[in-house]
Amino acid sequence: MEPRNVVEVGTRVRVADIAPPGHVRTPHYLRGRVGVVERVLGPFPNPEELAYGRRTTPLPLYRVRFPMGELWADAEHPGDTLEAEIYAHWLTIEEDPDAA
Amino acid sequence: MPHDGHDPLSPSGHPYRPDQDEPLTYWQCMEIAIRELLVEKGVTTDAAIRAQVQTMDDRGPAQGARVVARAWADPDFHHRLRSDGSAACRELGIEVGPMKLIAVSNTPDLHNVVVCTLCSCYPRNLLGLPPDWYKSREYRSRTVREPRAVLREFGTTLPEGVAVRVHDSTADMRYLVVPMRPDGTEGWTEGALAACVTRDAMIGVAQAAHPKSDGI
Repeated sequence: MEPRNVVEVGTRVRVADIAPPGHVRTPHYLRGRVGVVERVLGPFPNPEELAYGRRTTPLPLYRVRFPMGELWADAEHPGDTLEAEIYAHWLTIEEDPDAA
Repeated sequence: MPHDGHDPLSPSGHPYRPDQDEPLTYWQCMEIAIRELLVEKGVTTDAAIRAQVQTMDDRGPAQGARVVARAWADPDFHHRLRSDGSAACRELGIEVGPMKLIAVSNTPDLHNVVVCTLCSCYPRNLLGLPPDWYKSREYRSRTVREPRAVLREFGTTLPEGVAVRVHDSTADMRYLVVPMRPDGTEGWTEGALAACVTRDAMIGVAQAAHPKSDGI
């Protein structure tokens, strides 16, 4: 997703499944998972650059909602949800599987 | 050593805490060096630093309880709190700080709980210093993995049909849970309502309850 293009609430997004070095604030357990944008925040400076004293271009920050069943195969209640803040450059728009 | 013998337990039956006799680490030396330079150059004073440390240590959950009590008493305030937590707190003279506050409200169908898996992000200006368990690896890893089991260990069993929502405080937001208002508190003053609001209820591991009726 182009970092500066803000996507709307309700957009399905996938967290990048990558493992870059450095100060990263995307938890491992969310990488590769699909959720829905719950709220658009920001723009906020990118902590991956801020942590090293670099100039940063502020990025949109999203609160993404994941069903627990998407995160854990043995979730006690798969319909329970988890929300986390993810910076725009970690997200790609995910096609809706139900769309014709 | 706090004791001369070899008895591993104090007279009260607890293990002695080891003395911290290790040499300073690199970053501890850096902190002391910078602090001394700031004092030497007159930027700040030792007394000002000590006072600021005490101010930080003195913060407690009372501010958060005030915010929740106002939200219970005033639905319009509750609405504003949910749309912009930091601005709503400012109405009460509470500055949340550089991070933004998101207030999430429990309902008869939804229970919210807050965790920071990456470190210990916490709304300190509203709740004070986080409890040790909030920073533990166990709480941080298990709350996102099996939140209902964690809640049960805190004595919080949710009624059938209540969904759980976990908030992982991964970046620039800080979270406050607005618990459900306890039954039988109609017409209470905000001060009386605030007494129902505990730190744990605002983290989401417990419910709000009438003072002295929480089973203790």
